[in-house]
Amino acid sequence: MAPSRENSVKQSETESCKTSSKKAINSKTQLILQSRKHANEIFDVLEFLQSDKQKEVLFAIAACQKIFCALLERGDLYVGQLPKEEEIVEGDRDADEKYHIFVRHRYNDCVELLLENTSHEVFQVKEAALCTLMKFAAAEGKHPLQKQEWSEHFNFPIELILAVVRCLLSETEDMALLISRFQEFLEMDDVRYYVMSSIRDNIAKIMDKNKQAVLPVYQTNVFTLLTNITMPSKSSDITNFLIQQETNQEDWKAVKLKEHRRAFEQMWLTFLKYKLPGGMYKKVLVILHDTIMPHMSDPTLMIDFLTAAYDVGGAVSLLALNGLFVLIHKHNLDYPDFYKKLYNLLDPSVFHVKYKARFFHLANIFLSSSHLPVYLVAAFVKRLSRLALTAPPTALLIVLPFVYNLIRRHPSCRVLIHRPSAADELCNDPYLMDEEDPTKCHALESSLWELQTLQKHYNPDVSKAAKAINEPLSRQEQDISELLELNNFELMERDLKSQVQSVPLEFDPASGLLQSTREVLGVHFSLE
Amino acid sequence: MGKPPKKRSLADKVRKTKTSTQIKNNPFEVKINRKKFDVLGQKSKHDVGLPGVSRSKAINKRKNTLLKEFRLKNKANKFVDRRFGEYDTKMAPEDKILKRFTMERQRSQTKKDLYNLNEEEELTHYGQSLAEMEKMTDMVDSDSDSEEKGLLSAELTAAHFGGGGLLRMKTGEDGDYEEKPRSRQEIIEELILKSKQEKRERQTQKEESQELTEKLDQEWRSVQSLLAHKTPKSERKDEPDKPKMDDYDVMVRELGFEMKARPSEKLKTPEEVAREERERLQKLEADRLRRMLGEESTSKKPSHMSADDLNDGFILDTDDRKTLSYQDGQWNVDGGEEEEGEKNEEDEDDGGEEENEEGDGGDDDDDADDDEDAEDEDDHSDLDSEQGSGAEDEEGDEDKEEEAAPAKAALSEEERRAVQQAAKEELPYTFKAPESFSDLKELLLGHSVEQQRLIVERIQKCNHPSLAVGNKAKLEKLFGFLLEYVGKLATQSPPELSTINTLIPQVYSLCQLFPASACKVMQTLLSDGGHSMEEAVEVKGRAAFPGLDMLIYLKIAALLFPTSDFRHPVTTPAFLYISQALTKCPVSSLESVSAGLVLCCLAVEFVSLSKRFIPELINFLLGLLHLAVPADTCKDYCVVSPFRQQGKASKLLLLCDTESSSSWSRKPIPLTSVHRVTASTDLQRDHHRLSVLDACLDLVKRCATLYRDLPSYDQIFQPIRTLLTNHLPVQSYPPALQELQREILEAIPETPSQHSPLVFDKKKPIALKMLQPKIVEVLDYGKKRGNTKEEKERERLKHKYKKEFKGALRELRKDTRFLAQAKLSDIMSRDAERKRKVKELYGSLATQEGEWKALKRKKRK
Repeated sequence: MAPSRENSVKQSETESCKTSSKKAINSKTQLILQSRKHANEIFDVLEFLQSDKQKEVLFAIAACQKIFCALLERGDLYVGQLPKEEEIVEGDRDADEKYHIFVRHRYNDCVELLLENTSHEVFQVKEAALCTLMKFAAAEGKHPLQKQEWSEHFNFPIELILAVVRCLLSETEDMALLISRFQEFLEMDDVRYYVMSSIRDNIAKIMDKNKQAVLPVYQTNVFTLLTNITMPSKSSDITNFLIQQETNQEDWKAVKLKEHRRAFEQMWLTFLKYKLPGGMYKKVLVILHDTIMPHMSDPTLMIDFLTAAYDVGGAVSLLALNGLFVLIHKHNLDYPDFYKKLYNLLDPSVFHVKYKARFFHLANIFLSSSHLPVYLVAAFVKRLSRLALTAPPTALLIVLPFVYNLIRRHPSCRVLIHRPSAADELCNDPYLMDEEDPTKCHALESSLWELQTLQKHYNPDVSKAAKAINEPLSRQEQDISELLELNNFELMERDLKSQVQSVPLEFDPASGLLQSTREVLGVHFSLE
Repeated sequence: MGKPPKKRSLADKVRKTKTSTQIKNNPFEVKINRKKFDVLGQKSKHDVGLPGVSRSKAINKRKNTLLKEFRLKNKANKFVDRRFGEYDTKMAPEDKILKRFTMERQRSQTKKDLYNLNEEEELTHYGQSLAEMEKMTDMVDSDSDSEEKGLLSAELTAAHFGGGGLLRMKTGEDGDYEEKPRSRQEIIEELILKSKQEKRERQTQKEESQELTEKLDQEWRSVQSLLAHKTPKSERKDEPDKPKMDDYDVMVRELGFEMKARPSEKLKTPEEVAREERERLQKLEADRLRRMLGEESTSKKPSHMSADDLNDGFILDTDDRKTLSYQDGQWNVDGGEEEEGEKNEEDEDDGGEEENEEGDGGDDDDDADDDEDAEDEDDHSDLDSEQGSGAEDEEGDEDKEEEAAPAKAALSEEERRAVQQAAKEELPYTFKAPESFSDLKELLLGHSVEQQRLIVERIQKCNHPSLAVGNKAKLEKLFGFLLEYVGKLATQSPPELSTINTLIPQVYSLCQLFPASACKVMQTLLSDGGHSMEEAVEVKGRAAFPGLDMLIYLKIAALLFPTSDFRHPVTTPAFLYISQALTKCPVSSLESVSAGLVLCCLAVEFVSLSKRFIPELINFLLGLLHLAVPADTCKDYCVVSPFRQQGKASKLLLLCDTESSSSWSRKPIPLTSVHRVTASTDLQRDHHRLSVLDACLDLVKRCATLYRDLPSYDQIFQPIRTLLTNHLPVQSYPPALQELQREILEAIPETPSQHSPLVFDKKKPIALKMLQPKIVEVLDYGKKRGNTKEEKERERLKHKYKKEFKGALRELRKDTRFLAQAKLSDIMSRDAERKRKVKELYGSLATQEGEWKALKRKKRK
């Protein structure tokens, strides 16, 4: 009981401390808002912003928000080009103006402190600071601090947004959490538009500053922010604004979908222009085809990036395939030697990578055309079946139907599994695995002995699938889409779940762990 | 029962009566139905008819059926002749008689005689039962009979053959011959008389002697019980009446007493064997418990106590009556007295008992004497085993107390304690089946390896499913617990693999008992393992190698279930698990190399019979060998997941120092290296690497021989071949490894083998389409009604029904006509009879009248 009582005492102390600071801040806020006499109290409040205590900072942020929003509403802030603080005394201004200039300066101080606080170690503080800044932005939009003259941004506080973006895209800290909080504001179309353009500027500035070196943390932040941007698909969707413009809204860029798209495109291109860290490449490619390319005003601009990625090889190439497909399919891209490259993408790792489902889905689409030359299809078939000799069963259950589908689509490929003309002649396999050009690999003269080998595969399903070549294939193509996501455990469960009446048993009695009749483990390993 | 078949048989009989061919050939009988039109190919059944024949047939039929029924109408009783075959005309009368006779005999065979093998029927002779006669109850008489045999007295002959009258007449007639010297006849009679007298005398003598012997026998019996059963031989010799046996008698006796086929001891069913086994164990356990508690053994020899021996207190359980026992045919009185003596002197007794104790261990099995004893304890055995541990504690206290006992007994005390100690170390003989894994763990932990095996074995025996209802479920659970225990043993450090090794036979036998539940347990283990690995793969893209427990489960799966099956509920998932581990688990340390190698060994073992192809195995072996290649980039072969062409772990098996190969010798790698490679120095590490490479190369060799028949053999082994020939630093390896490498290279041919191109399996050719007319069955000729098949069918049935109905109507009419005719003829015949009788009466009356009138006329005249 004793310690808890002590605790409670402490707690009450801290509570009282808190309440006192809270009271102090609240009373000061009241005073400031009551009359101009107490304007100097703002300094005390701002001091709290730099406090070590998390609670105090939070109260102070709330107080600042209250004070400055009220002041902005009253029009107590100086509008226009702000004179330096030292200049206030010199110029002949009336007290009113002086006061306004003073408040404006305090406001700027406050904004700066809040920006600093966005890199505070406590998330609540960061969040509060960010929210307050956005509140300010909204308030500023209503009561602009610049002269109401014509500008392309109308009265959108672009400076403030730039500063916020700069804070979010930290070079040293992972801001993923804060960025996900920021997503709420990105829903608003004008904010999104200006954030996108600020990001572009920011990237260009930072990367140039760092001489285009790879900055993993910074680029991760950028990527997180970029992926959090969800673009509207129709111009009629653009209705949600932080700041409503009263006059001639139609001229405002943030209203037009085309401008949005351009900004989006510019932003991504700037991001992709620089060298990306290893994992980032794949991440970008994964989302490229369905979240980025549809929202670009001119997707063909991605060609350079995609071809470069396609040439990298391995998993990156596999992923680039998807983007390329979109370009070829929708934007009429004519890619030279596409199939040759696709053919060379096939190596043993295809069956082991995480993206094998996506790859086979695309390969299925690419090879679905009935106008492909036979030699090409045969080359693919032969190469896939050769590679199947190293594939795990889950991949084999995709590859075998895939190969059969190819043969079904191109009946002239049937010689690969049925060549009665030379039935009794022994021959070497004429297929050249190392040949890069599918025209020269002699696949059409070969037979799929690999599938015959796989008939002896340990897995009953694979073995059964491979036995299909023993007789003419059925007309109906097999749907491989449901096989694509099959994983090893699901395959195991097929046998585990099935109800069996009788379980055959080993009849050789086991006398010891390493003493079976066909012992291999015991030859190389001992119990001790 | 009897009625319907009889009716049918009647109808059949009638139907089958054939019309003679003569009638058919008679042109006056034949009626030809003239056809109006000739239709080609039409077959008509009714173009020729025999109306007379068919009418008479119908009448006959009615006479036999309808008329009989009519005659029996309104009659309650009817006469049924049940004699066998009475109505069967086909049967020959002799057969009938024979059959009836056998049936009668069978009927006389009543049920109670069913099991009487000896007397199927009583045989008689002159009305007397032969069995009775064979018993020869009147022994004495038979003797006299036998003597009488062959002697023909005159009387006898006279009586039998009836010649007596003549003889007597003769004697009567010859009465006056008396003075004459005795005739031949007289001499004969005298002879006969004499002989009769002799015979009578002999008979009486014999009767007397028999009476005497019987009397003697009775007296002897009364005395016999008093006498000692053994009489001195000298006395026996004196016995005069021992008849000399002749050979025949001896033989008869021998045959009589010869061992006949007797029912032997029944073969024991498995349940009985199990029960006996449990009883034995329970008995042993009871013994052990008693010894552990330091009690004096009482069970072996019933300890004798004299009636007035009360000094050791009253014991309820022990049987303190004096028991009569024999030893080697002698009364065991002396032994009892000795024991009595022993009892009185306690110190000596201890020693003696201990000897007994020691003896017990040996002859536990064959003690038939104390069955009862064991049964008494059966009821409590379970309780006892539960209390075992508690009892042990108490035992300790007792020990301490006993230490305070008088010094003079110190020596025996020590001995006794030794016995107790031994008993404590000895295992209980009965165990309750564990209800949970922790129960099993408690039972097994702290025991030596061999004892653990014994415990499991005894649990299994005590809870044999044939002994009680719930045992099956208990043992099924036990299998799961055992496997869990095995897993626990494998995961603890250091793993107790030898214990697992000794438990394997038990696991195997349990699995044989309950295949289905064993399968289920194995499946859950595999699916848990597979699931956790799949999850890890999904989250991180890779997973850690399975622990030693999983490896051992896989090995056990191979021991319990056949791995060569095409599809098996346990081994197929096991294959997939191995495949998953070999493709998804990155090799980053020597430990993971070991684990991978164990999996490879298992994979090879799994397919050693079925020779199925495992791509992952070849990939993994290639990857392992790649770890020993010094060159950074090798373009001419490529390794796949989980290996990398280059990386930080890619030189894991490269030797630090090539010199270390000279000191290497081939020895198996410990299984524990899966968890931790113990080698600390570089040299030891190199030796471990060499062992791994050795195993690896050996596995490659095995694979190379296993997969020799696969069509793509060359393509499969080409990467390994290039690696072995061009990249592996074989020169720095010990000669044994170099030899292995050479053998592998010899096994894999340099030039690819040739194959014939693929063709489909030959199939039976499908027949061509024929252009023959299609033949459709026409259901009804004539008018075509209805379009659909059902409608046609309905029409057809309707038509058929109509036809049948008309036919039936016609038949009924004919029946009534026939009946009316029958009735009419009945009436007519009755009338005719009446008329005839009336006429007769009138006639007689007329004659009477005439006579009377004539008489009158006469009178008048």
